[in-house]
This record gives sequence, C-alpha cells and structure tokens, in this order.
Amino acid sequence: MRISLGNGKAKTPTERPPDAPLLEVSGLVKHFPIRHGLMQREISAVRAVDGIDFTVEPGQTLGIVGESGCGKSTTARLVMRLDEPTAGRITFEGHDITHLSRGAMRSHRRDLQMVFQDPYSSLNPRHTVGRIVGAPFRLQHIKTEQGIKRAVQDLLELCGLNPEHYNRYPHEFSGGQRQRIGVARALALRPKMIVADEPVSALDVSIQAQIVNLLDDLQDELGLTYVIIAHDLAVVRHVSDRVAVMYLGKIVEVGGRESLYRTPMHPYTVALMSAVPVPQAGGRDRNRRILLSGDVPSPIDPPPACRFHTRCWKAQEICRQVEPPLRELRSGHQVACHFPENEPAGTKGPVSLAKPNS
Amino acid sequence: MSFLEVDDLHVTFSTEDGVVRAVDGLSFGLEQGRTLGIVGESGSGKSVTSLAVMGLHRSARVNINGRILLDGQELVGASPEAVRRLRGRRMAMIFQDPLTSLHPFYTVGRQIDEAYKVHHPKAGRHEARTRTVEMLRRVGIPQPDRRANDYPHQFSGGMRQRAMIAMALVNDPDLLIADEPTTALDVTVQAQILDLIRDLQQEFGSAVMIITHDLGVVAELADDVLVMYAGKSAETGPAESVFNRPQHPYTWGLLSSVPRMDRERQERLVPITGQPPSLIRVPEGCPFHPRCPYAKLNGTRSFDEVPKLRETGEPGHLVACHLEAEVRARVFREEVRPRL
Repeated sequence: MRISLGNGKAKTPTERPPDAPLLEVSGLVKHFPIRHGLMQREISAVRAVDGIDFTVEPGQTLGIVGESGCGKSTTARLVMRLDEPTAGRITFEGHDITHLSRGAMRSHRRDLQMVFQDPYSSLNPRHTVGRIVGAPFRLQHIKTEQGIKRAVQDLLELCGLNPEHYNRYPHEFSGGQRQRIGVARALALRPKMIVADEPVSALDVSIQAQIVNLLDDLQDELGLTYVIIAHDLAVVRHVSDRVAVMYLGKIVEVGGRESLYRTPMHPYTVALMSAVPVPQAGGRDRNRRILLSGDVPSPIDPPPACRFHTRCWKAQEICRQVEPPLRELRSGHQVACHFPENEPAGTKGPVSLAKPNS
Repeated sequence: MSFLEVDDLHVTFSTEDGVVRAVDGLSFGLEQGRTLGIVGESGSGKSVTSLAVMGLHRSARVNINGRILLDGQELVGASPEAVRRLRGRRMAMIFQDPLTSLHPFYTVGRQIDEAYKVHHPKAGRHEARTRTVEMLRRVGIPQPDRRANDYPHQFSGGMRQRAMIAMALVNDPDLLIADEPTTALDVTVQAQILDLIRDLQQEFGSAVMIITHDLGVVAELADDVLVMYAGKSAETGPAESVFNRPQHPYTWGLLSSVPRMDRERQERLVPITGQPPSLIRVPEGCPFHPRCPYAKLNGTRSFDEVPKLRETGEPGHLVACHLEAEVRARVFREEVRPRL
C-alpha cells in the first residue's frame, strides 16, 4: 500500500514502476547561436549537441566519453538545466523538466545534483567549508542552524574529511580534499542522481583513485544514480555500467560496459581505445594502433551524413550521403555506423542508398 | 660523462611561509639519441628541474645549487647571456599549453622565422622562411607555405602543438625538453603527437627529456625512466626494468592506482593513501613514509634516515628505499604483482 505524502510536493507519480528509467533524454539538441554585425543577426550556430537519446536506470552509472567539442559537457549542463535546450525532451522521475522555470526546477534540484571538474574554481574561496556544504540546506529552507552544522559534519565524515574542518576555507585543502567537499555539497540533500563532469581529471593520479573509490562507495551506500562525463576511457570503464561514446554532438555508440569495451563497433570507438597509452614497457603494439588523421572538425559546420567520415578509414560514398541511425547489433549495444567493426555474424549490411532512414 | 649531466641539484624558493625545497638533491644523466621520461605528480619537482636546465628560473627568490652540465658546459651560475646563446640552439623546450606559449599577435611563420634568425643572424628573410616552411612540413602541417601566414588562433590544438615542435626543432637542438607535451590534447591527437616526437627523435638523434604525470606516455616514448617524489629521485632505470620490475612503493602505488585499458577491469582501485607532502615541511626520513604501507617493515629507519639511491641488482636500475632486497622482492611478488 502506498501512502500519499500529501506535502504538495508529490514528486513520484504512484503508477511509476520501480525499474522505470530515472532519467530519459530524447532528441536533445543544443545550438549556440553565433551572432554578427550591428543587428546581432544569427549567422550560424555551434551545434554542440545535435539530437541525442539515452536513458539512465536507477542505481546505475552511465558514462559519457568523447573528445573536446563532442558535446559531453553541454549534455551534462542540459540535463542539469543549467542551459536551455534548443529542442528535445528531458524526463526526470517521470516529470518533463525540459522547460521548467528556475522556481519550478528548484524542487527537482534536491534530487538532481552536480559535481564539477575543477575543485579550485567550483568552491567559493571566501566561504568556509561549513557554509559551502550547508548552502543547499539554506537554499531549500531545511533544518535549523544547529541541525545544519551537524548535518554538514556528517557529510564531511561520509566523504572522508575531518568534520572538525568545518570552519576552514577551501585554500586550506588539497585538490583531492576539495573534490571531496564538492561531492559532500552535492550529497547534502540526499539526491537520487548526481551528474559529474570530469570529476577526477584535474587531480593527480594517486588521488584520482581515492575519488573514484569514494564515488563507488557512496553509490553502494546511498543507492545513487550517476551520469559521469569524462574523456579518460579507462576511468569511464571503471566507473560505468553503460557507456555512451559521443562525437561532434552525436552518440555514435552506446552499450553495456563489457560489450562496448570488449567489442567496440564504431570505428571511432575502436580508434579512441587504441590511442590510449598504457603503462607497460615499450608502450602499445604500434601495429595495432589506429592513428586517426587530423583533428575533430568544427561543430559549427559539421560534416554531413556520418560526421566521422572525414577521419574514418572505412568511409565510403554512403557515409557521405546517409546518416547512419543507431542500430542495436548486440543486446543493449547500439552503434551508428554503416560499416561497424566487430559486427556479430548475421546482421544486415548498411542502410541502402535507395531507402534513406527518416 | 653524459651529454646532459645533472648532479646533486637543489632548487629552493624562499616564500613568506618558509623555504620551498622543490628539487632536493637530484642527479641523473642523459645521452644523445636517448629519451628520459621524468614522471611524478604535481609538486614533485619535475617541471622545476626542466626550467633549471633551460635557465628559465628568473625570480630573485630562487636559489639553484649543484651542477648541470650540457656537453661539459656548466649551466648553474653561467651568465644569462651565455645560457641565452645555448637556449633555442643547443637546447629547446616544448610546453604543455601551445596556446599560451605562442604569441597571439604574430603569425605562426613569423614566430618560427624569428626563432631561427636569433641564432642565425646572417640569415635573410627568405632563408628563414624556407627553413620555417620545411620544419612545418616536417611536423605534418598540410600546405605549410600557406599555413605559415596563419595566426595561432587559426590553428587547432594539435596543429599548434605541431607548430611549437617545429619552432623548438628549427635550430636542430641537441637537447629537447617536452614538459607535458600532450596533456592539453585529446587522446587521438595525443597519439599523433607522440608518434611525431618518436619519429623526430630517430631522425634528429637529439637527447629528449619528457616530463609527464602520465605513466602511459612515458611507456610510449622513454628509454629510461626517473620517478620523482618530493623533489627527489625515488627510482630510476631503463623503462623495461622499471615497468616490469618496479622497486619503489611509490611506483607500485602509481601503477596500481590507475585503471588500465590493457587489463581486465578491477573491482576496486588501490589508491595511495594521504596527500603529497608540503615542500616546506617535507617529512623527516624517507619523504614517502607517511603514505607508505611498508614503512614499518624495517624499524624506524624510514622515519629518521633519508634513503639514498642504491643498486637493485638490475643493470642501471636504482631505488631510494630502505626496504631490504629480500623483503622488497617478497612484497612485490606476493602483494604488488597480483594487482598490477
């Protein structure tokens, strides 16, 4: 039997099944206009995110990986509603939050929090740790001052910090400790989901592992759902249950961690994985490395059809004319490519030229 | 004597909070045609070392002691003019961020021309430009004669780093120092730049010093490895030996704390506990002892005696650690090896 909370905040429609996705993103687009001239006419746009779909199940971690300019950070900001989407739909806990006002969004912020990349610029240097971590309580008008102090100290302890450092300032902490403060702040209101944008990339390698393990433990303990954005493929594999690979504003491949890392199908994913240097004597076998030529093209005027065709060694005419749709070639593993690698036997060939996808 | 010989180098900075011992008794040698990878975390002294070699510490608060010999010539205490004549011609440097190390106001070609003309005062405009275009072509910039007239902002990140490399190599230096040359780049571009540095190394035969926090980058490029911690050498030796049979607990920690693409995913990473030390108050004894899980295995030595670099039994492989050889071998075999 369900008891209605009846506090006017009624957040979870009772008919939602417990395993329904916590976050659903469909057709999400963000174009940043480029304006020019006296009238500030819009002459073109940076197509940062250009139509992506994904879902995140409760208690799971989705990793989003890609190189600079692929739109992964914009995706995080859109999901957090820090940027206004150009098109598409974001559903959190069954509620459409795509165009909610700031005020209306506030009640959802309790459940949806963010951890930022740079532990130096994401903490106000003039505020004590107590004030920083306690801010969410004050903003949401929860608890009394004495209660906040206790709650903050509990959070600091949960995140591996000394609760007695309540009155210290961010500069008194090392980079790893600051990132713990950022995590503690995100956890203050016991959110359901945390979006972390490059949570460890600014940290030294020995400290990265500490933060990765902290995020792991917190997920187990509090049943958190994560969206973790990172460029480091090894870190993403370590933390994620599912992984989405982005290239120039599109998801080119998405799948379960093991399937995606063992049998990557998009040529870009294959090249990306082969480019990661590994700490073993002599480095990688150079013959097995796929060296892509050139840089990532500009998202202002991305290549037509398949956006990867300008750097792809398998590209053919169809890749320049027809955009490949995401197709599920393995269970739970989708790829947007006409000529995928590691293709399981018995799958259909490329979409025919005569019948372009809609 | 090596082509580049650094002997008991100390670099300290006086600050209001006390003396920062950024480099504290570092010694190493580097031969022509070899690549040395210096690896360490922020504050380990790796960049301070490279700037000392290049003579780029300008502050009145810096104090450099010890010896730095480039082809037999002493650089510590040499006149700024003498070092300036070497810099750019005999030794050159590539920095982490190519956008801040190229001048935004001048074309890329003009900046490389100038780097050439400084050391070839008799060269005319045409000669310099011919050389510039040749170098840009050599580092893989398409249409180099046209791109030489572009400004840095018209280049992508990878192209800028290629241009920086062209500038560093324009005078055919004997020593090239690359300080985190690929840290600001995407992984597919990083692979291109690492390939380029390796090819150029073979072609020019210069001595290369790569400074990085990324053990993978070191493994890709270096013949020899120097692991720094708190301004000191923790471990040094041939790359094959250091990666296959690492000896220092700090190196063990570094290797087991990074998730690896070439291995099965571990359930849990094994981080190094604690934080890197303050360089104003470096711990007594072995600087790594507060974070070392094995510090107590040999009484109080780690707590009150600074370990010296000593032989490990492998040729050229030295370690600064108090652990007895048998104990080290056992710990490595039983505890460290299984999780690497």
